[in-house]
Amino acid sequence: MKSIFLVLVSVLYLHIAYANDAAPLADDPVTEQRLISISEEMRCLVCQNESLAGSRSDLANDLRREIRTLIKEGKSDDQIRAFMVERYGDFVLYRPPVKPITWLLWIGPFVILAIGIAFLMSYLRRRNAMAATKVLSEADNQKIDALLNTLGKNDRDGIHG
Amino acid sequence: MKAKFLIPLLLFVVLVIFLAIGLNRDPHEVPSPLINKPAPAFEIAQLAQANKTFSPASMKGQVWILNVWASWCVACREEHPVLVELAKSGQAPLIGLDYKDKREDALVMLESQGNPYMLSAFDANGRVGIDYGVYGVPETYVIDQAGVIRFKHIGPLTLLILNQKIYPLLADLKKS
Repeated sequence: MKSIFLVLVSVLYLHIAYANDAAPLADDPVTEQRLISISEEMRCLVCQNESLAGSRSDLANDLRREIRTLIKEGKSDDQIRAFMVERYGDFVLYRPPVKPITWLLWIGPFVILAIGIAFLMSYLRRRNAMAATKVLSEADNQKIDALLNTLGKNDRDGIHG
Repeated sequence: MKAKFLIPLLLFVVLVIFLAIGLNRDPHEVPSPLINKPAPAFEIAQLAQANKTFSPASMKGQVWILNVWASWCVACREEHPVLVELAKSGQAPLIGLDYKDKREDALVMLESQGNPYMLSAFDANGRVGIDYGVYGVPETYVIDQAGVIRFKHIGPLTLLILNQKIYPLLADLKKS
């Protein structure tokens, strides 16, 4: 009984511990919404597989605070993005911008797809052409007839295989 | 007809080359967009003398090195002897940027490990760090006479980097 009580108490405390960790909500839900929509598209540089919106690293906290100030200053989303790129490079953007250095990145897959389709088409065309030109000789036809006949007879006699 | 059988082999070799280059890169070393750009201006209090400020503008006309550090940063302690070496060489003034630190802790660390810095600026809330694109201390910048960032190193400096990159660069910059 006592142990159950202990467990219950510790679970309660666990809850309190979590409550302490909750991030402070901004006073302004509109700002917060914009902050999330901007920072979700950005990479946290400390833990690179997390977005700036989701990361709990210290730097991400600072950068969110920075973006919040920029929003309050009335900066547009593009200006905020430019602010980040100026400091951390295109790498912070999950969606890389289209420019000469990223052309390969953007169109590369389509080029490879086109090459694949071209290969497939030429292969299919070649195969069709080969099938169309193949004509059976008289001897081949006789051989086939003979084989079909024996098969038919075996079936009637109840012999298979 | 024989060449046809070499195609998979060639593709494989290309793949190996791509992987060899790609996997040997450190994904944490993000190329800084600040290279060859003017060092962002700031004016903040100094670490040792809180009543005085430091601004990069005061370093105009000389090649100098900015090192971002903090007492809480383990890699900075590792790098510290190299910085002491750099300071001893007298090749360029070394300015510290104490990043998101507690003043007392930072001063204690400099006292116990030696102070290689001409002075340190005290960036308590990391605002200057954001302008310099700092995302992991230690980071080191080489800034030229015109106040342009010429080189950035992320992570602890080593004697090898000092000898192979920084000293030659300093010599080069001083000539121009």
